[in-house]
Amino acid sequence: MKRCYYFPGCSMAATGKGYQQSIDAVARKIGLELVAIPDWNCCGATAAHTMNERMALALPARNLARAEQDGGGMEIAVACAACYSRMQYARQAVLSSPEKRAEIEAIIDMPCSGSNPVISFLELFSRPELMEAVQAKLTKNLNGLKVACYYGCLTSRPSAIARPDDPENPMQMDRIVALTGAEPVAWDFKTECCGASHQVDAPKAAQPLIHRILTNAREHGADCIVTACPLCALNLDMRQSKIMETFGGDYALPVYQFTELLALCMGVHPRDFGLHTHFTPAVGLMRNALKKGGDQA
Amino acid sequence: MEECLNARSGAELANSIAARAGVKLHECYQCGKCTAGCPMAHAMDLMPRQLVRYMQLGRMEEILGSKSVWLCASCHTCVERCPHSIDIPSLMELSRQAAKARGRVGVKTVDMFSGIFMQNVKMFGKSHEALMEGVYNVTTGRFMQDMENVPHMLKNKMVGIEPHTTNNPEEIKALIERALEMGGEDA
Ligand code: SF4
Ligand code: SF4
Repeated sequence: MKRCYYFPGCSMAATGKGYQQSIDAVARKIGLELVAIPDWNCCGATAAHTMNERMALALPARNLARAEQDGGGMEIAVACAACYSRMQYARQAVLSSPEKRAEIEAIIDMPCSGSNPVISFLELFSRPELMEAVQAKLTKNLNGLKVACYYGCLTSRPSAIARPDDPENPMQMDRIVALTGAEPVAWDFKTECCGASHQVDAPKAAQPLIHRILTNAREHGADCIVTACPLCALNLDMRQSKIMETFGGDYALPVYQFTELLALCMGVHPRDFGLHTHFTPAVGLMRNALKKGGDQA
Repeated sequence: MEECLNARSGAELANSIAARAGVKLHECYQCGKCTAGCPMAHAMDLMPRQLVRYMQLGRMEEILGSKSVWLCASCHTCVERCPHSIDIPSLMELSRQAAKARGRVGVKTVDMFSGIFMQNVKMFGKSHEALMEGVYNVTTGRFMQDMENVPHMLKNKMVGIEPHTTNNPEEIKALIERALEMGGEDA
């Protein structure tokens, strides 16, 4: 139905494995053809631009250049918030001026025109044709499940780069997830920062960020958190039990990727995308929610 | 190699950083909206609003010695909400690079992590979460940090054993070196 380039990003081979599997499952169901950019490289994430701006633009630009080589101008869909942001920055830099473009091309040693638009997975899935295709494949629902859609920083900001539907209150994920019958709650920390790599290199300073996000989601009645980024999920999921221990809190909020909820409601077996491999137990809530919703078909 | 900035050299550095960040320092009227929304403010020794004020005054000594320039998470909340769209994350970042160039590192672990990350990309063309964290723990002496999660990752094969590289990692290494050779970024 739709064909586009796909940039998975480095996390997808490691802690993002389940996310990748759910993406593959959903894409198969709706006939979305995701063509991995040939021989893609790391986008440099936050580390590159904290050190050197040229390096930070050149690394993702090489991926743009690889995607351009077939001359088709096909869109590049990016499944990680950080990779998405870096690819957008690189493309906008290439398009900004002939001098900037020449400089980047000299560094990557390849032509790079920025011909292929870069889109986030949320933008891709919230388009009417994709929403309809998803809707048509749903055989189960999550009626009554309260979810907090967490967008984080980089799919929302800076808005000139990320181009969200609304930088303070984005709704794309809310709309996609609502297809399953789940109810996105209104909450305050949709776009609050999770601390990203500071959870590793400055944990004392960054841990309160996760705690605030979890607490706010909980206070607004969410049963779980839904994200569209392997790093956001990792921070909120893997670090959750430690955060509860440190700050006090006797609840657990499972963290899902939006594609996991879609896959589940399309009848994909949860083992096929590693629902049992989440750090915060994630199977029980889904089992109950699916039962409650019952079958639609 | 600490070098003290006087009023003049401080003002010069502040102006050059502001110019590269595309910021007109005089546009900041100290409303404080940036600090109000900053998720890292609780850990900072110089608030985002203060950073801009110190730059207006050319007082770069305080900025280069701060923890804040290392703790900024580059989340862009401040610039998004600033009535004048003052690009504080870029000011933070360029100040951090200027600090580093003068041998001043306010939060050593942050500097180490970026270094290890890029070393990793330079070697493989892709980054490896587990390897990076391992090297980081050894480098910083925080051997046990996040180790409680390792058994779970191993059990669920989240730690890749298969080689995870670009076809020719040398190409990426050369790319990174070319970018760094162009220099000019760190004042
Ligand atoms: S929000 Fe903008 S104008 Fe207000 S204090 Fe911060 S930088 Fe200055
Ligand atoms: S970009 Fe940095 S200074 Fe601005 S709000 Fe985020 S952490 Fe604070």
